[in-house]
Amino acid sequence: MDTATLLVELGGVLLVLAVAARAALKLGLSPIPLYLLIGLALGQGGLYPLVTAEGFILPAAEIGVVLLLLLLGLEYTPQELASGLRTGWRLSLLDLLANFTPGLVAGLLLGWGAIASIVLGGVTYVSSSGIAAKLIDDQGWFANRETPLVLSLLVAEDLVMAVYLPLVGALLAGGGVLAVGGSVAVALAVAGTTLAVAMRYGETISASLFSPSGEVLLLSILGLALLIAGLAERLHISAGVGAFLVGIALSGPVQERAHGLLQPLRDLFAASFFVLFGLSVDPRNIPPVLLIAAVLAAVTAVTKVAAVWWGARRAGLGPRARWRAGSVLVARGEFSIVIAEIGVAAGIEHRLGALATAYVLLLAVAGPVMARLAARTAR
Amino acid sequence: MASEVEETPLPGVGVRYSFVASSGARVSVLHHHSGRHQVFVGEPDDPDSARLAVELDDDDSRVLAELLGASRVVREIDRLQQSVAGLAIEWMRVRGGDPAAGRTIGELGVRSSTGVTVVAAMRSGEALPVPGPDFAIEPGDTLVVMGRPDAIRRANELLRG
Repeated sequence: MDTATLLVELGGVLLVLAVAARAALKLGLSPIPLYLLIGLALGQGGLYPLVTAEGFILPAAEIGVVLLLLLLGLEYTPQELASGLRTGWRLSLLDLLANFTPGLVAGLLLGWGAIASIVLGGVTYVSSSGIAAKLIDDQGWFANRETPLVLSLLVAEDLVMAVYLPLVGALLAGGGVLAVGGSVAVALAVAGTTLAVAMRYGETISASLFSPSGEVLLLSILGLALLIAGLAERLHISAGVGAFLVGIALSGPVQERAHGLLQPLRDLFAASFFVLFGLSVDPRNIPPVLLIAAVLAAVTAVTKVAAVWWGARRAGLGPRARWRAGSVLVARGEFSIVIAEIGVAAGIEHRLGALATAYVLLLAVAGPVMARLAARTAR
Repeated sequence: MASEVEETPLPGVGVRYSFVASSGARVSVLHHHSGRHQVFVGEPDDPDSARLAVELDDDDSRVLAELLGASRVVREIDRLQQSVAGLAIEWMRVRGGDPAAGRTIGELGVRSSTGVTVVAAMRSGEALPVPGPDFAIEPGDTLVVMGRPDAIRRANELLRG
């Protein structure tokens, strides 16, 4: 590949992403749908098919997933995860049933295979914690009484992902029920052990990694995360889950500094990931699935709000707080794409990429709009 | 008197402390892991929601804490009558009808008749350290007196009746 062309294309893509991120900031929206649209426009069948930058974007996207989940893990301490699970498990279970089922059923109705349908269920289940956290911040809802409930539900969803991703990985790896069961058992054991070790020795591990030099710290954490992610992928536990567990294990000063050091990297590589996902989808495949995506988006917006409404009511919150809590979680984003990508990469269903893209595009925009409406009716 | 402070961990965000002020308003302080500090005040028409009052960085919050803490420290000292090796410090506010109002420290013979020393006088928010015998006490002044606990009791009778 010609170096000049690579640099020119890559620079061009980043500048286009910058314009999109700026526009998203101005509109108060998540940049994720715009990144996806840019990917669509640059892929095969798009406005300007990009060839050379794929050489960089492909590995960058892999790193993007690792960083997305590493930083997610860094957000939480093991104690926060454990207490989140204890307090809100009823709501979390309802959330899972109410939002996984529509995707699963839609996949089966479309005549998709079982695995593709399970992947679609994951796409419709998980809310975007990035969009939700930003919405709560922008609206100044951190001191609201529904906010702890919203945040612990997000924690629970992330934990479910730690079980779900290895499950999908094992299903895709194939083999009989026994092989899949074995893989899942291994995944659960590894995740459980990591959590227990993190709770017990997290501080020791973190202390041994710590260095006052940002450079040393960056290289150690990134190296460790990529290494564990790679090993996890090899064990069919999924790279993302490995990185997530590394993030959880880190605590104290390492956690605080790592967050600041890795955030700009995450922004770059995660953007590459969304672009790559868009690239892998032929835009001509979107119109045929648009209606299905819209129906699925409408149904799962309602099921998400309804599940959260029930939980918030149980927690003694008023109607306006229930509505706020529900609407803030409607947006699906980064993790729906992470899940869909696993299915797309495995090539299990050719409409999956297009459907997931259209679905996330719709809800990543509709979710924040709903939350803003909820804020307005509250006044 | 403010109610108890309630601590709520917000996973991935930080820790939130809330209490209900004596005015009835719910006040919350949120410390983000990222080092931001936010102060919220409850919305009167929706008990579940709160409005962001101010966002502070580390330095700002220290300044605010000092501003709020200053008056609190004064009251704490007042309440404790902090005893240092048998010595006590007492804050005495002189009102209009009190025996000390309008007279000088010398006239009253504060030290000779009670055994306390007037270490400072506070007038309209300003502190005058070690006022002399010709210092005329005005209604509204607060005298900071130091001495043995029994001397403080006598000074209180002499100054405020």
